[in-house]
Amino acid sequence: MKELSLNILDIAQNSLAAGASRVEIALREDASGRLTLTIRDNGRGMDEETVRRVTDPFYTTRTTRKVGLGLPLLKLAAEQTGGTMEIISSQTPPAGTTVTAVFDTAHIDFTPLGDIVSTVCNLIQGSPSVDFLFTHETPRGSVELSTAEMREMLGDVPLDSYEVLAWVRDYLNEQYAQWS
Amino acid sequence: MKSLAELAAIREKMQSKIVLRENQQGKRVVVGMATCGIAAGARPVLNAFVEEVNKAGLLDTTVTQTGCIGICQYEPVVEVFEEGKDKVTYVKMTAEKAKRVVEEHLKGGKVVTEYTIGAGAATK
Repeated sequence: MKELSLNILDIAQNSLAAGASRVEIALREDASGRLTLTIRDNGRGMDEETVRRVTDPFYTTRTTRKVGLGLPLLKLAAEQTGGTMEIISSQTPPAGTTVTAVFDTAHIDFTPLGDIVSTVCNLIQGSPSVDFLFTHETPRGSVELSTAEMREMLGDVPLDSYEVLAWVRDYLNEQYAQWS
Repeated sequence: MKSLAELAAIREKMQSKIVLRENQQGKRVVVGMATCGIAAGARPVLNAFVEEVNKAGLLDTTVTQTGCIGICQYEPVVEVFEEGKDKVTYVKMTAEKAKRVVEEHLKGGKVVTEYTIGAGAATK
């Protein structure tokens, strides 16, 4: 993956495939350049054996192909900066999975975050009925978007309407522009 | 500054369009967004379809996403479904190719054969 935002888009699809109705994506950067990515969902979760095997590229629950590269690629992206990746999952209520990856953004092998705004727009476009909570906190400023809050304002209007997606893009871009 | 309050205005504006959309059975564009698709460049393809379908005013066309359909070597893959017609599978797509598919196929009704799986398999 050329951008970390593409890994995030990819991993969040696992949450959606697990039937999650709520997906939280949190990016937190501290002053030392440490970036923590957390993707937390309320999907059906995985058993211990699956959690253990899920970072093996030759393990997948999919039937269309025999490899599952999403989590192995995220793990690689984190570890190549000296960071880590951890998965916590539960199938008993409250079920869900939390993937946490830590990166050293100063490391030469750190994959740039890239177009995170597109990632958020793509997720909303693909799953307009899911509640997404996106937060990005840094020492320079923070960005937040909650589709549950948006839905309160929009009523019956689907979140995948072009006008709504364009608003999301502008809203996030404007918040990011305040940092620079 | 943009604010959540602006969404109320979008809600007002959108009411009539929703009724129109619900009443029509049109084309469905499905973009493969699994690991293979994303790594091969599906995101700009998806964004281009969303953008161009809106620009062309195609209210009867919806753009959706799917996972891996098993032909990873041809990603980014885009399928077009239309009631009463065979599914069309476009392979090795780009944002530029997406623009042409919107113009010629979705708007004009003519399949862009050179981007379909038959033609794509021949060129590898």
